Amino acid sequence: MSGTRLSLAKGLNAGLRRAMEKDPKVVLMGEDVGKLGGVFRITEGLQKDFGDHRVMDTPLAESGIVGAAVGLALRGYRPVVEIQFDGFVYPAFDQIVSQVAKMHARSLGHLKLPLVIRIPCGGGIGAVEHHSESNEAYFAHTAGLRVVTCSNAADGYWMMQQAIESDDPVIFFEPKRRYHERGETEIDEGGTPELGLYDARVVREGSDATLLCYGPMVKTCLQAAEAAAEEGCNLEVVDLRTLSPLDLPTIMESVKKTRRAVIVHEAQTFVGMGAEIAARIQEECFYHLEAPVLRVGGYNIPYPPSRFEEEFLPTLDRVLDAVDRSLAH
Amino acid sequence: MSDNEVAGHARSRMEGAFQPSPESGPTPPSQIYGHFSDENPEMVQFVDADGNRLETNETNAPYAQIVEEMTSEDARIIYRDLVLVRRIDAEGFALQRQGELGLWPSLLGQEAAQVGAGRALRDHDYAFPGYREHGVAWCRGVPPENLLGMFRGVNHGGWDSNENNFHLYTIVIGNQMLHAVGYAMGIAADGDMGTGDPDRDAAVMAFTGDGGTSQGDFNEALVFAAVTNAPTVFFVQNNQWAISEPNEKQFIIPPYQRARGFGFPGVLVDGNDPLATYAVAKDALDKARSGQGPTLIEAYTYRMGAHTTSDDPSKYRSSAEVEIWKEKDPIKRMRGFMAERNHADEEFFAAVDAEADEIAARVRKACQEMPDPELPTMFDHQYTEYHPLVEAEREEFLAYHAGFAEEGGQA
Repeated sequence: MSGTRLSLAKGLNAGLRRAMEKDPKVVLMGEDVGKLGGVFRITEGLQKDFGDHRVMDTPLAESGIVGAAVGLALRGYRPVVEIQFDGFVYPAFDQIVSQVAKMHARSLGHLKLPLVIRIPCGGGIGAVEHHSESNEAYFAHTAGLRVVTCSNAADGYWMMQQAIESDDPVIFFEPKRRYHERGETEIDEGGTPELGLYDARVVREGSDATLLCYGPMVKTCLQAAEAAAEEGCNLEVVDLRTLSPLDLPTIMESVKKTRRAVIVHEAQTFVGMGAEIAARIQEECFYHLEAPVLRVGGYNIPYPPSRFEEEFLPTLDRVLDAVDRSLAH
Repeated sequence: MSDNEVAGHARSRMEGAFQPSPESGPTPPSQIYGHFSDENPEMVQFVDADGNRLETNETNAPYAQIVEEMTSEDARIIYRDLVLVRRIDAEGFALQRQGELGLWPSLLGQEAAQVGAGRALRDHDYAFPGYREHGVAWCRGVPPENLLGMFRGVNHGGWDSNENNFHLYTIVIGNQMLHAVGYAMGIAADGDMGTGDPDRDAAVMAFTGDGGTSQGDFNEALVFAAVTNAPTVFFVQNNQWAISEPNEKQFIIPPYQRARGFGFPGVLVDGNDPLATYAVAKDALDKARSGQGPTLIEAYTYRMGAHTTSDDPSKYRSSAEVEIWKEKDPIKRMRGFMAERNHADEEFFAAVDAEADEIAARVRKACQEMPDPELPTMFDHQYTEYHPLVEAEREEFLAYHAGFAEEGGQA
């Protein structure tokens, strides 16, 4: 696979496979992850190769999946659970925020919970309700969890392995509308990860403003930057990759350089990740800023019926509009 | 009870659901439900309220051999557990009243259920408690002092679960039932089930109360255990009150009967009969360890005190009901049984009482001397690996307090 270009889905699949090969304690569990390979085929072929004791189809009960995974982790396993869709994680919310996030601390460090909870996230696939949500802020708000998201196949491959190797519980958001797009980046399966799991990446360097984004919006922001470049505007694009902890040094370095920041995410802007990032920038970069920090995100309504989603989700044009407003200052 | 009887019972309940009671206060469930009374022929019992050994019958026969094999030493161990656990619990209650603890959930009345279950566990089995399982903790060898920290407010548990295979207390009702099943799935995956080697085969026991049976996690745990054949024993202590809510607010079909719907056996046991709880728990654990799957045990008992020191049971239940249950006291019952069988002399009973005094004093001293945690430790153990936000906030916190010290105040 060295040097191959894969889709994000294949990258994630390869990452899971490699993690399972390296450590027999890694087990996958979730609804339909076995023979079907998951509804998005992320676990395709893994049950066939590793057996149904390591790739477990579970009852349709999200709290049960996460709660049982907690027990498996306490027994010494490293479970990777799949929540089928973002909007289905709420039945497991109690287990995640009450138990998963707190187990290590409440045991005063005696217990570790190496658990990865994979959540296909976001919209743009024309799905029915509860299938298109961006609920990362709930989890980033919960101390004790780590929250990451990938935007390309190489990150999917490496970040998945890094998340599984972590002794902390990791919420792993996978942008579902990017699953099956062929990646621009290559995967060197035998290599080593370019970045740590909790590092942001400057994916495009620029000087006029910084676009801060993650997951599905990285591609949108790169497209916006290309369009802006045609008009002589040079945008920097930072893929945050980690939402908790935030890689603040990388964010601040970029903003201090460009002196303008626009945060782009699919989730509603109200009390979203952008609010936290904007507040941090204001605290640390106040005298460097030429313009207010702006946000582009979903409106403060539940994710709408899919015929509206092109208007709800940040588009290239909405991102450029925000950049224009920033530059107007 | 046949399915038709259950259905008929459910209908009659629904018809009267919102009718005011002609009596003052709620009617004790034991007087409403035939299947919840001591006379239920499905309830496993071995000794009556005075400790007289009951005759072997169809219900207790499957467990009779376990009881017959118990020695005088076994009886003395269980009696000692009952007395010491009650004393530890009483000390917890007193310490709360004296302001040393913020809260205490008393197990008074449930000693036999917990000791029977606790003594049936082997060292390499694992117990997942709720927050009232002080008796199980005792049987597992967890120092009672360890239980006080979270109720004093100095930690959220803090002991090493793996030292005694006794998980941390779990406050959110029912969460731990799933952890237990997951752990049991791990035992099965490790091959530590059904080998026939008593030093290897293990099982998990998950504890909750009657209120816990209403939770989604409880029911999901039963589903997961059933379909995975995980070596799990669900031990429901039906103490009949979920804070102020009686059994009839929790279920129409009693929990032990519900197990059948999930695909494994349910057993109703007299939760105030320590021989019965031990025998039933041992049988279920043996089956789980040998690969025969889960069992749900409903220990029919009574919470003699308040739910916790924060509530007032006189607002929701009658003193007459409590008086009825005083007559079923597990310690009185065990002592009567031991006298009948000549299992111990007065010297033994006096020694146990003296030991209880010593442990109570020890627990009290440990509680009073338990130091408040040092402030910076609030940030410890939040993550296993470096976390920049936690470290930044720790530094900020320390700098803030250092400022007071520089001004001559207390850091």
